[in-house]
Order: sequence, then structure tokens, then C-alpha cells
Amino acid sequence: MTISSTVRLAESALLRNKMRSLLTTLGMVIGVGAVVIMQAMGQGATAYISDQISGLGANMLIAVPGTTRMMGAQSAGVPLLVEADLEALRRRAHSVRDIAPLINRPLRTMYGTNYHNTVINGTTPDFFRIRKFVVTEGRDMSDEDERTGALVCILGPTVQTALFGSDHAVGKEIRIHNLPMRVIGILEPRGSMLGMDADDIVYVPYNTFARRISGNDRLGAIMFSALSQDEIDDAKEQATQVLRQRRHILPGEDDDFVVRDPREMASVLESVTGALTILLSGIAAISLLVGGIGIMNIMLVSVTERTREIGLRLAVGATSSDILTQFLVEATILALLGGMIGLLIGLGASSIVAKAISIPFVVPIAAIPIAFGVSVLIGIVFGVAPARKASQLIPLEALRFE
Amino acid sequence: MLELRNITKIYGQQASAVRALDRITLGVNDGEFVAITGPSGSGKSTTLSIFGILETPTAGEYLIEGIPVQNLAKQVLALLRNNRFGFVFQTFNLLPRTSALENVMLPLIYAGVGTRERTARAKAALDSVGLPGRYDAHPNQLSGGQQQRVAIARAIVNNPSVILADEPTGNLDSKMGKEIMQLIQNLNRDRGITVLMVTHDASCAAYATREVSFLDGKIERDRSNA
Ligand SMILES: Nc1ncnc2c1ncn2[C@@H]1O[C@H](COP(=O)(O)OP(=O)(O)OP(=O)(O)O)[C@@H](O)[C@H]1O
Ligand SMILES: [Mg+2]
Repeated sequence: MTISSTVRLAESALLRNKMRSLLTTLGMVIGVGAVVIMQAMGQGATAYISDQISGLGANMLIAVPGTTRMMGAQSAGVPLLVEADLEALRRRAHSVRDIAPLINRPLRTMYGTNYHNTVINGTTPDFFRIRKFVVTEGRDMSDEDERTGALVCILGPTVQTALFGSDHAVGKEIRIHNLPMRVIGILEPRGSMLGMDADDIVYVPYNTFARRISGNDRLGAIMFSALSQDEIDDAKEQATQVLRQRRHILPGEDDDFVVRDPREMASVLESVTGALTILLSGIAAISLLVGGIGIMNIMLVSVTERTREIGLRLAVGATSSDILTQFLVEATILALLGGMIGLLIGLGASSIVAKAISIPFVVPIAAIPIAFGVSVLIGIVFGVAPARKASQLIPLEALRFE
Repeated sequence: MLELRNITKIYGQQASAVRALDRITLGVNDGEFVAITGPSGSGKSTTLSIFGILETPTAGEYLIEGIPVQNLAKQVLALLRNNRFGFVFQTFNLLPRTSALENVMLPLIYAGVGTRERTARAKAALDSVGLPGRYDAHPNQLSGGQQQRVAIARAIVNNPSVILADEPTGNLDSKMGKEIMQLIQNLNRDRGITVLMVTHDASCAAYATREVSFLDGKIERDRSNA
């Protein structure tokens, strides 16, 4: 018996029970779908993370008050950082190149009758160097702006659009915290980051922020860069020592601040991705097992239902290996059908999820042969028992089966 | 030439054992039309199944052209069922939801015949049993007599030398039964196909050239109908 007629035979047998065939493949659909989503999400997340890291600026470090319990920093009851800390770091941490204070507050911005609630950040020109932020219109923040505490601001594109629509903003005066602030520049759009709009932001000189908005010398964070990639660890160590001294932490006591390295954040993100992958692998494995058992079950039912048919086939000259092949091919086609539906659904779901959480959608090329291979494997592994049962029937008994 | 020698067939074990055939010896020559008759349970169907290698005897020897069947490999047995014997059953045994043409093609699929030749031969077989133009009909769209014609077409499509029919008219009324009997008789007369036919019906047995009567697993009488 030829392969093509075996396949056609299996197809017509499956088509006779369309609904049942489709339901049987559900486990395979979910299993293969999970494999595909896993691949797509994993690759998308990896691409996203390396994207974000390269966007953070080279050799960047950030010091924030708080302890490192859990994944984030707990800052309740811990002294904040102050301007003097910044000065100490600038003088004594020799592996540090640029250093910038960071302080922010959510405030309303107004232009004429338009207003927009956003986050106002106070920082120095160093910050823009560390983060490699580029102004697409107007000019950068200058040292002069910082020294004099000038009433100037740089807008993220979202704020510009909210206040000015499509009009030019540079040179205009907006009001923040009842202060007239001249717009000097518009930042390059950066899109969203983990679902947050990175362009919904305003920067003002640190001195302006400290004197006119917060009225004190407290900092939310200090951002700095190492002289080179090789000196990141040195810079981190120096900064830690300086801050421990400044904050009077005795030897043996835990830090009450954290110096974060984006590479560590990346590894946190990667471990989250890893956990997700393990979860999806589990779902995939269980679904494939359930799918395989479903196929085995329905094939066993089918063998019993078609006992007389098998008897007849044997009577007209089928060998037991013809029967074995027929049922194996049927099981494999069922599994493949489920696998292909799962592949399509998985790709669709991945692209939707990727869009929703704004990570790049990567078509997982490897998932396609994997889906095929896994389906065929499941079909064969779980088809063997029913197929053997069918092939071992005795012609006359099968023919007489009621 | 088909030959049963001292064939015994016992179903079941020990206490529940049934001796369906008891040391039967029976030879059938090429071109004969043999009717197998006898009361219910006398072993007729069992004998036919042994002839068609659908059943293995408990004891004794079955020879096809002088070759003992028990020595043959499973693949050879499948091949014999495929091209030497054609089966016709009382209940037709057509595949449901499958066209007449595809039903008739079945033996040719296992014979490895290509699609085009398969279709041509199956159509010719359906034409020869008086069912031209009903190629695409499914069994549930055909009368009993027509279904049995499809079954006969399937039995002859691979040019067997022997047709084994177990009460082929058992599920048909007398008019249709008569048509089927004439069809079988023609296969025997015109094509020289050996026919072994189990029947309860004396009028059917009358078509045969020889009648073998069974009683309690033994041959009670064997006579020519000439
Ligand atoms: N698979 C089986 N298991 C047990 N006993 C069987 C089996 N097949 C047949 N028999 C028994 O063997 C005996 C002969 O059966 P067989 O079918 O050959 O009779 P038959 O002459 O064809 O009868 P009928 O005219 O009713 O078809 C019967 O007693 C029957 O009950
Ligand atoms: Mg019988």
C-alpha cells in the first residue's frame, strides 16, 4: 500500500468525524500554542532587554536610598540622599565620570488654557550625557542654566503634544508650579517602557527645582557613569564606600542605600522571563501529555468502533502492518492538525501580547520545526498502542464483532 | 484445488469448549460450484472461514494447490486473501459513508494498484454486476440487493479464483435473492470462478453443481447436483 493512499485513507476517516477530530486536537493546540508563545515571548523579551540596556547609556549606575530587600528598594524610614553626597562622590569616587542628581515631583503644566499633569524632573546637563538623551528641537540644558537656576525646561514629546498640539513649543513660556518656564528643547521620542510612556516627562535644571519647587537639597537618586566599562565595578565600590561614610554606616552594618547597575536589572528581567518560560514549558508539557492521551483515547475508541472495518480490510488482503500504519498515520495527522492550529494561534497570541506589553514581536522561526516535530512525535508515541491493538485483531473475530 | 484434511475446530476452553468441526475432510476442484447446507450451528460458516484463511483450524491440514497453509508467512496469507479469494457476506460488510466505487477499490489498494487503474477496474467490476452509474452512491443510498452487488463487485475486482459466499441472499427478499444467485452462477459459468456458498435455502442450493450437507460438525452428505 502506498503512502499517499494511506494518508488519503486516514484523512477520509478523520473527516467522517470532523467535530470529534477537532476536539481531540485541543490538547495539542494548547500545547503547541504554549511552545510557540514561549519561544516568541522569550526571544521578544531578550530583544527588548538588550534594547533597553543599550538605551540606558553606557556604564550607567544609579544610587537610591533604601535597602535591597525584595527586588526593589524599600525606602521607608531611610534618610534621603542630599546634594552634599553628590559633591562627595564627585570628589572622591575616582572611577566616576559624569554625575547627576535626580529629583522629581508630579505636577501640572499649563500653556494658555491647556494643561497636562506630568512628572517634573530636576537634573543637570550631566544627566543627558549619561543617558545619551538627544534634543531634536531647540537646545540642550546648559551649565549656565544649572548655575543660575534658570526658569527653563525641556519637554518630552507627549507633553509638547498635550500643551501645544502641532504648534511649535520651543521659545514659548509654560507654567509649572506657578513659575513661568521657557521651553528650550524637545526630547527625541523614546516610546514606552514596560507599559509606561517614557515621553511623558519634563526636565528642569536641578538648581531651579531645588530653589523654586522643592525648596530643599534632597535628592531622589544620584545617577553617574563609570569612566569605562572595566571600571563599572570600581565606580560602584567607590560610590558605596563614600555613601556608607557619608551616612555613618558602621562596618558590618547593611547599606541603607542601593547602587544599581542596569546589568543587574537586566538579569532580574531575564530571571522573570526565565520563570515565565518555565511556567509556559510546564503548561506546554502538560497540555502535550493531555493532548497525546486524548489522541490515544480517541484512537482506541475509533479502533473499537471500526473493528468490523478492520476485519473487512484484513479479509480483502490488508496485512497487519498496513493496519498498523493506517492508524499510526491517523494519529499523527490528528496531532499535526492540532500542532498547526496551535502554531497559528500561538503566533497570533504572541503578536497581540507583544503589542500589549510593548515588546518587539519576534517570529520564533525555531518554533515552526519544533511544532512539527513535537506533533509528529506525540502522534506516533500515543498512536502506537491503538494502532497495535488494531493490527493484532484476528480477521474473523473482527468481522463478527457487533 | 482446495483441500481440507481431518480438520477439527474447537472454540473456547475445557468446560465451555465447542467442537465446531470434527475431523472434516473435503476437497474442492477448480471451477466447482459447491453449496454448503445444514442446520444452524452445524459448522458451515466455520468451514468457509477456514477455506478463506480467516480462521485457523485447531487440528488438521489445509492445502491450497497442494501447499499446506499453516507453513505460509503472514504476508503470503494476506496476499492469498487479496488475490485468490473473494468474500461475500450475508450482511454485505460495506464500509459506511464510503462510495460504492471506493468500497470496490479496497482490495486493489492493498494489491498496490495505482489510482488510475484502480478506478478503471472498480468501475468495470461495478458495471459487470449490473450497477453502472452508481459509482458515487453510498451504501445507505442503495437497496439490499444493490449493496450485495457492490460486495460482489468488490469480491471479484482483483480477479480471484475462488468466491466464498456465506448466505449471500440471507438478508434479501426472494426476487433480489434470485438475481444475486444468477449473478454468482454467471461468475462460475462464464469466468470459471470456483464458488463455495453457505446457504439455508434449498432453491439457492439448486444453483450449485454439488451440495455438501453438515450436521454437528461433520459432513453428513456430499452429492453432485448434475
Ligand atoms: N467465535 C466462536 N466462539 C465460540 N463458539 C463459536 C464461535 N464461532 C462459532 N462457534 C460455535 O461453533 C459452532 C459452529 O458455528 P458456525 O458459525 O460454523 O455454524 P453455522 O453452521 O454457520 O450456523 P448458522 O447457520 O447459524 O450460521 C456453533 O455451535 C457455534 O456456536
Ligand atoms: Mg453461519
